[in-house]
Amino acid sequence: MTVESSPSPQTGVAQDTHEPRVAVSALVTNLREYGLVLALIIIMLFFQFTTDGTLFKPLNLSNLVQQNSFIIVMALGMLLVIVAGHIDLSVGSVAGFIGALGANMMVTWQLGLLSNPLVASIVCLLVGAAIGAAQGYWIAYHRIPSFIVTLGGMLIFRGLCQAMLGGGLSVGPLPVSFKELSSGFIPELLGVWTLVPPTVNAAGKTIFGSGVQLQMTSVILGLIGVAAYAWFGLSARRTRERHGYQAEPFALFVAKTLIVSLLTLFLVYQFAIYKGLPIVLVVMGLLIGLFVFVTKRMVIGRRVYALGGNPKAAQLSGIKTERLTLYVFINMGVLSALGGLIIAARLGQAVPAAGLGSELDVIAAVFIGGASAMGGVGQVIATVVGGFIMGVMNNGMSIMGVNVDWQQVVKGLVLLGAVVFDVYNKNKA
Amino acid sequence: MASTILEMRDITKTFPGVKALSNVTLSVEEGEIHAIVGENGAGKSTLMKVLSGVYPSGTYDGTIVFRGQECQFAGIHDSERLGIVIIHQELALVPMLSIAENIFLGNEHASYGVIDWNANETRTRALLKKVGLDEDPKTLITNIGVGKQQLVEIAKALSKQVKLLILDEPTASLSEKDSQALLDLLLEFKRQGMTSILISHKLNEVSRVADHVTVIRDGQTIETLARKDVTEDRIVTSMVGRSLDDRYPPREPKIGEVVLEVKDWSVYHPIHAERQVIKGIDLNVRRGEVVGIAGLMGAGRTEFAMSLFGRSWGRRITGTVLLDGKPVDVSTVGRAVDRGIAYVTEDRKTYGLNLIDHIKHNVTAANMKGVSKRGVIDDLRELAVANEYRAKTNIRTPSVYQLTGNLSGGNQQKVVLSKWLFADPEVLILDEPTRGIDVGAKYEIYTIIARLAAEGRAIIVISSEMPELLGISDRIYVMNEGRIVGEMAASEASQEKIMRAIIRGEGKAAS
Repeated sequence: MTVESSPSPQTGVAQDTHEPRVAVSALVTNLREYGLVLALIIIMLFFQFTTDGTLFKPLNLSNLVQQNSFIIVMALGMLLVIVAGHIDLSVGSVAGFIGALGANMMVTWQLGLLSNPLVASIVCLLVGAAIGAAQGYWIAYHRIPSFIVTLGGMLIFRGLCQAMLGGGLSVGPLPVSFKELSSGFIPELLGVWTLVPPTVNAAGKTIFGSGVQLQMTSVILGLIGVAAYAWFGLSARRTRERHGYQAEPFALFVAKTLIVSLLTLFLVYQFAIYKGLPIVLVVMGLLIGLFVFVTKRMVIGRRVYALGGNPKAAQLSGIKTERLTLYVFINMGVLSALGGLIIAARLGQAVPAAGLGSELDVIAAVFIGGASAMGGVGQVIATVVGGFIMGVMNNGMSIMGVNVDWQQVVKGLVLLGAVVFDVYNKNKA
Repeated sequence: MASTILEMRDITKTFPGVKALSNVTLSVEEGEIHAIVGENGAGKSTLMKVLSGVYPSGTYDGTIVFRGQECQFAGIHDSERLGIVIIHQELALVPMLSIAENIFLGNEHASYGVIDWNANETRTRALLKKVGLDEDPKTLITNIGVGKQQLVEIAKALSKQVKLLILDEPTASLSEKDSQALLDLLLEFKRQGMTSILISHKLNEVSRVADHVTVIRDGQTIETLARKDVTEDRIVTSMVGRSLDDRYPPREPKIGEVVLEVKDWSVYHPIHAERQVIKGIDLNVRRGEVVGIAGLMGAGRTEFAMSLFGRSWGRRITGTVLLDGKPVDVSTVGRAVDRGIAYVTEDRKTYGLNLIDHIKHNVTAANMKGVSKRGVIDDLRELAVANEYRAKTNIRTPSVYQLTGNLSGGNQQKVVLSKWLFADPEVLILDEPTRGIDVGAKYEIYTIIARLAAEGRAIIVISSEMPELLGISDRIYVMNEGRIVGEMAASEASQEKIMRAIIRGEGKAAS
């Protein structure tokens, strides 16, 4: 239904009243994102408290990242699928299947060069792309609902995964170099800097608070990242102002940049005093950056939003909607495959249950991040935050010793709560 | 003297930051047809939502007196219980249910939850007879046309013992013939003593059936005119607050050589494969020329335009398209756009806009190349483009970051127009460019059309409103049942001539 816009006999004045309105609307439109980040921080503080400080311990942070990165990697693909107005239920099974395929290539089958971990991984990603294309073909060109096609895919690839592992067996151990993908840390190029030298007490134990050593490569990378973030934000502001457009209020900008930077530096510090940044975190960070750029700045990203918002209008605007849908599913296939490799690398072997049920965590991350089930709405950063909310809850509740059954209940309630909050907000606006 | 059935006194309704209605007064006599006219955004729909309880009592100021009783509706059910029934512009029927199921939806004849289908059907037949609709009650809604769907809505209203029937732009998507039938039906109801409120943009309809006309502008009642005082000029003047000397902007056509020529264009129906919808159309349009295509609903005009525009409609499409005398391939939308053809849809909400995205993104959607380099969007350039077209087409919003779904019909139409203007087409096909928008916005659209023609573009306008075609075109094609049945210079054309061409064409098709 149309909400008729207010009659505006003051059209001429509108320009003048423009600026404060933009400032307010910038705050309002971003309110949800801020709210989401706030929710994540509250949840983190909650578990930090209930787990007696275990959550933020360097070792646990590394675990948290390694356990949840595959969810976030797959959620990036799922975001585009959902924004395009579809769903993919097969991602968990595809991840499992690819893990089994990769493990067999590297361990069981003697394929020469193809058994090299790197080559095998690339082949696995290509197989993922082919799986995405096969499913996307039916969805895009034959208009079979994605729910049905990927439900089929979910059964098929789980079955293939189990068949490939000889029914209930596991294949391993995987090569050490491959396991680095999940459990490795970036190589230390600059050396370790001892911040506080270790003091050994009489009992031969290091005293708490001493023996802090920083992995300098990680620290430098963190500093570069934060500096780049601030610099890009500032230069974007400058360009806007130079062209006479109102940017968001300066105080808001500073506050936002400061909070994000401090949070990042804090986390980097925690990693640096342990073993440095996990490789999988760096991979994930690069992917997140890439997808932010694609969705915000690239034509193809914009077209996915247009497709999800109104497929008929998109088509009549000259967008090749079928091909675009196919691309979205190919992308999903590749990321599912990457997710599968990450799982296998973390476990050190391929198991029949790898990735089982993870499609639900992935989809939940996207919806907690505020994407619309109708398509056309959703943000990368919000999805990542949504993924971390799920991850922190998983991790926090495990440390607390909450029963797995009850963990699911809590996660379900959080998902419902997030969506209810969204609907309530929209109706209020 | 007739008694007053409804009085709304000093109705004031504020939304955050906007006063939508301020001290609106409306008084409707028993047994009359009372028309409410006003520009989009003037507050007509808001007023009707207050009356029907969509905005419950307490969210507005003022009093409503219906049949001598002061009313405080908490919701639509309260107003419907008293016999106030509103039929919205967007019909609220379930497409995959039958006529009978729709009419008694939520109001079924049932005992203990078990529906008595015979009783429903018998009553449906009686109701359909009343509204003059000859259809089987078991027919699915999706299988009947919009005109008939409108009648089903009215039958549904009658089933609720309606005392006051409110119709919100009932003829907006109806053909001339169906509109006439609907108005006749209203007059028939009036003879039977029913009271109706008619909200309409179409002044000829209003002056034909209304006993009183209330004009609303900027959320205020301007005046209520009795039938004898109603003239189109008078209404137009008080609607827009200024006099429109001319309904159409003056222009001096500078017509050049032929830009687009279509030869022997034939199209078959996408589902009923044996049905030929377009039967060998020849047509051309020149640089700087505005060519109108007249015809009744179902003549095949939209189907022709969409099949031409990247084969967006139909199957087994044959024929040649020449641009500047050379045959061109326009078999996909992308190619058609690249060759300089643009099609502005008749149904902006379904085919024209991404309603959940803002103006800026909608304006650039058909020409992303214009705001990007190597696939990367230049955000500032895009913002500049959006602002430029907002100014050019006079889209009235505080910023280009408004969601298009929240805009009025006129503003939405301007966004769709902007989108295609930014694609910089040689040939612009406008399908019902002023459907469902108010007089003031119409004039602005006509002005834009005139300016585009003056820039040397070739323009095809499809419209069901004959005065509009006569007012803005240089040449008019008349279409009927998939054929061109007449071609005339606008200076020699008249409504009678067009109708005669259609009727003669019908005779030809039959023989």
